[in-house]
Amino acid sequence: MTEKISFRSTSRTFEVGGRPFHALQNVDLDIADCEFVTVVGPSGCGKSTLLNIAAGLVEPTGGEVLVDSRPVRGPGPERGVIFQQYALFPWLTVRQNVEFGLQIAKVGRAERRRRAQHFIDLVGLTDFADALPRMLSGGMRQRCAIARAYAVDPGVLLMDEPFGALDALTRVQMQDQLLATWGSERRTVMFITHDVDEAVYLANRVVVMAARPGRVHEVIDVDLPYPRTEAVRLSPEFSRIRNRVWRAVYHQTPQEGASQ
Amino acid sequence: MPIDVQPPRIRGPETTRAASPPRRAIPLLAWNVIAVVLGIGIWTVLARVGVSGLPGPQAVAVRAGELAMDGTLLDDSIASLRRVLIGFALGTALAIPVGFLMGWYQTARGLIEPYVQFFRTIPPLAVIPLAILLMGIGETPKIFVIFLAAFLSCVVSTFQGVVSVDRTMINAARVLGANDAVVFRRVIVPASTPFILVGMRVGLGAAWATLVAAELIAAQEGLGYRMQQAQIYYDLPSIFVGLITIGVLGLIMDRLLLTTEKRLTGWQERR
Repeated sequence: MTEKISFRSTSRTFEVGGRPFHALQNVDLDIADCEFVTVVGPSGCGKSTLLNIAAGLVEPTGGEVLVDSRPVRGPGPERGVIFQQYALFPWLTVRQNVEFGLQIAKVGRAERRRRAQHFIDLVGLTDFADALPRMLSGGMRQRCAIARAYAVDPGVLLMDEPFGALDALTRVQMQDQLLATWGSERRTVMFITHDVDEAVYLANRVVVMAARPGRVHEVIDVDLPYPRTEAVRLSPEFSRIRNRVWRAVYHQTPQEGASQ
Repeated sequence: MPIDVQPPRIRGPETTRAASPPRRAIPLLAWNVIAVVLGIGIWTVLARVGVSGLPGPQAVAVRAGELAMDGTLLDDSIASLRRVLIGFALGTALAIPVGFLMGWYQTARGLIEPYVQFFRTIPPLAVIPLAILLMGIGETPKIFVIFLAAFLSCVVSTFQGVVSVDRTMINAARVLGANDAVVFRRVIVPASTPFILVGMRVGLGAAWATLVAAELIAAQEGLGYRMQQAQIYYDLPSIFVGLITIGVLGLIMDRLLLTTEKRLTGWQERR
């Protein structure tokens, strides 16, 4: 497998009250093409900053990020981002939201229609294609955002706690649906979450981060088969990995960097 | 909280849309009519009892008829409307680009904001003496004062609209490939439209409020001028005709703007 995203000793320092705060310090991480990687860690471990650097929305103060072996310079349509707050354009319908990126890319009307419809159907919003975002529930809004990100055909999907604002039940449904979408439209996914179960259920690999300074603490492989089902979620293997990730997240001894 | 709605019916969304609002609108409108009838009733009673020469609705209606017949009411209304609309149009036409400029470019904000904030604290009416000295007694000072009133209310809210656009929404556009021009046209402009329209409504109110005072000075026609004349001759019915005309015209224009606002910003979530 080839590397799709590589963080090369990526650092980001903020000034907080005149003193430097190391949101990220020398993060090295490779994500393979079509891999689903989740990043989990305590708040302040810089996981969102890491994603924003890959998105090109935040510049690193040290090191760099390569996507397709090219250093990231600013945001671009080859790296789709899905935000926790959905960030749909409320004055556009679901269809117009999904077509937004295609219009910018100057895709012709018929082709735009076709592609938008494909992804609207894929995320199950067929009946709501002409509805405005205010008429949609949180889960439906996030599905629309996912369709919008997919529509411009990015090689990489960066998801920043996309299901964080949803209730537990909807969240489980969204996870299954995301995996179904990912199953038919393989992309490299970097998915930030603070939910250990979610991290394990979705990923090929779970990256556990530690705070102060923000860094990679441990990388845990999830050798569970896809498609992931309820049976997988309730299996002893799942619990075993979940427990391991849980310990890595909640019992971090400061500054050890265990299996890194 | 957003809720799941039923899937829109393929054939008949009109029927569902038409069914619910009138059911609510009719009783409300009925109450409005009752309020107006009641108000006129109280007015009649007060006039009958004889509250210091207060003319009754009938006397005012008769005078309105007279003024309408000889054309003065229409001429005055047109003269006043013309001033308000020109001042208001110029004011908002300048306010919107200036507001965008202030919101989008830090430098523009730094240069313009002190002036806007300073002139905002001066009631436009206080500028009238200066305007007359500098611009004479023609139409120019009147329109200028109305322009100023409309501009100042509209520029602040346009600016507020631009700076309060959600950062995440801008980022969402950027990651979909939007450059500055596209972000401006397709995110900043629509997102700040509600603010601009609110600013325009406030601006229209301010323009109207400034009109009469501006017409009190050396005007030859206009609703304010007519009321001023009526005051000299103790002609209370004419003053009432003037007041009611100003109120009705203001209300009509406000409703027109409100309709525009609803059409343009129906996508907003109302809390």
